[in-house]
Amino acid sequence: MMLVDKHFSRKYLREETLPTLFCPGCFNGILINALSKAFEELGIEDLRRFVFVSGIGCSSWIPSPYIRADSLHTLHGRAIPVATGIKLAKPELEAVVIAGDGDLASIGLGHLIHAARRNIDIVTVLVNNYVYGMTRGQVSPTTPTELETPTTPYGAFEYPLDICKVIEATNANYVARWTIAHFTQLKDSIKDVFSRITRGFRFIEVIAPCTTYVSRRLGKTPADTIKDLLRESVMVNKAKSMKDKVIIGVFKFEDKPGYIELYRDYIKRAKLNKR
Amino acid sequence: MRRALLTGNEAIAEGALVAGCNFYVGYPITPSSEIMHYMARELPKRGGIFFQAEDEIATINIAIGASWGGARVMTATSGPGFSLMQEGIGYAVMTETPLVVVNVMRAGPATGQATKPAQGDLMQARWGRHGDQVTPVLAPESPQECIELIIKAFAISEELRVPVIVLTDEFIAHMREVVEIPDRVEIPFRRRPRDSSETPFGSPDPRIAPPMPPLGEGYYVLVTGSTHNEQGYRDTRGFKTHFKLVKRLWNKIWLNIDKLFNYEAWGIEDLEIGFVSFGSTSRSVKKACKILRSKGIKAGYIRLKTLWPLKLKPLIELSERAKIVIVPELNLGQLIFDVERTIRNNVKVISYGKVGGGEPIYPSELVKLAIEVIEK
Repeated sequence: MMLVDKHFSRKYLREETLPTLFCPGCFNGILINALSKAFEELGIEDLRRFVFVSGIGCSSWIPSPYIRADSLHTLHGRAIPVATGIKLAKPELEAVVIAGDGDLASIGLGHLIHAARRNIDIVTVLVNNYVYGMTRGQVSPTTPTELETPTTPYGAFEYPLDICKVIEATNANYVARWTIAHFTQLKDSIKDVFSRITRGFRFIEVIAPCTTYVSRRLGKTPADTIKDLLRESVMVNKAKSMKDKVIIGVFKFEDKPGYIELYRDYIKRAKLNKR
Repeated sequence: MRRALLTGNEAIAEGALVAGCNFYVGYPITPSSEIMHYMARELPKRGGIFFQAEDEIATINIAIGASWGGARVMTATSGPGFSLMQEGIGYAVMTETPLVVVNVMRAGPATGQATKPAQGDLMQARWGRHGDQVTPVLAPESPQECIELIIKAFAISEELRVPVIVLTDEFIAHMREVVEIPDRVEIPFRRRPRDSSETPFGSPDPRIAPPMPPLGEGYYVLVTGSTHNEQGYRDTRGFKTHFKLVKRLWNKIWLNIDKLFNYEAWGIEDLEIGFVSFGSTSRSVKKACKILRSKGIKAGYIRLKTLWPLKLKPLIELSERAKIVIVPELNLGQLIFDVERTIRNNVKVISYGKVGGGEPIYPSELVKLAIEVIEK
């Protein structure tokens, strides 16, 4: 009898919770795979020094309950403040936020910008599925124009938010965008934020269009969507003069001190002060 | 033991430090800001964390994260900020996260009068969260009691894994009195699980909070604000899981009422006229009772130090003895509801509400009112 080894990702997952409750073809699985592959390649045996913090929405279910690590499934939009509190109280932990566009770019946008401004030492993965998937696909701040959703039945018309541009304009150490069609680059980005840059605010946007409420509405299969993303994406260095493209790549790569180091210096100053 | 001349706000901060608070997060708001200033000065030099958040929603959620990160956390705010924190306080109830929230009440609704005292947040402190929940609410009447009750608030929050609300107001916040500060109070931290048989969100005895696993030590704890079972796994469909969870969280507080409830009574053994009050208003009530007694009118009072959970017995006893019960409060009538539901024997109950402009309820007003109703 041939013995089949368990898939490498299983050691990072709560096996008793599988299969996931995601829709058939959901790209969240690709992100879970990319995370697992990155951990594996970094030689991380288990995730006990990690704490995952998520909000409310489909992508927030990635860590809670599927990833085998400490996780806090918080209020809608509030994953970043909770992660901030954890990181401040226990800096030795690797705090990772995984949440969606509704969570981080809409209701929690203020927190996202302030966390990036402070360069607080957390990794944030924004899973941009273009809609509020969990509540049936309403328009979100990142919905491409003209998409029909239950709250834009005649086609979305608001300008979508380029969230990477916003974060790039702050003091965040790392900003990148990939799509789930760019598995290797995404995985390498995840590796970078846990190995090459290990401090400050590190932000990765993952374009993962909702297969149920975006792809299907456009009459496309998940596979069609992946092909579209490959065709429509263009690397940041080539994108300067292009229009209507999904610009991908590493937008920012710095290694300045994060908030935790700044705060430690502040404590030193406080202790020297006679007040 | 040290003696110091402190305002109520300073006393809150000093009491928190004595209680071992090592993490403060907040957002500036009148009339609570001096608590924040005190902590900003004191915590960093003691190696603690002081953090000014971008708003009160961030504040309460950072507090929750810090508490799970093992810190002993406090925040202080006032009406508008307290409103913004409500969802987070509910999350702390559901996830059994110890923390202390101080609300220095000011006149509302909305921005109202930011620098003026009020007691209008009593019902919000009890019921401000959506869903079935119970959160202990304590109400000091003086800077000295600010120290005592903030220490008690930390002790309750750690023991029962629950957010505790301390309600003061602008009068108490900015009045300066001599206080005695204990050197150090040892409040045990939330219990860790002894072994794998103990679950982080289940307890065989409803009066005892489950142990709280620390992060980063391989417990792989699942924390969620959704309905969850003893292990923390979401169950957002079943009746049994939900009912069992919210009932346990409810009982965790109500079955500990003997430990949580505290009040002060004076002159109630033999009286015609009784007062029920809390916080700063009680100071006028005390004075009024003394004046009335000196005039031969038998007056007494009950002052609630715990506003929630509430024991009705002392109020029932008061209404069994008194002919008239007056409920003065710096709002248009909130505590009155509790008194009305305890009334026996056709006792006359009078709500005396007043708020705004920094006007206190003067002892002379209460004396006049008492004499009027007694002579009627």
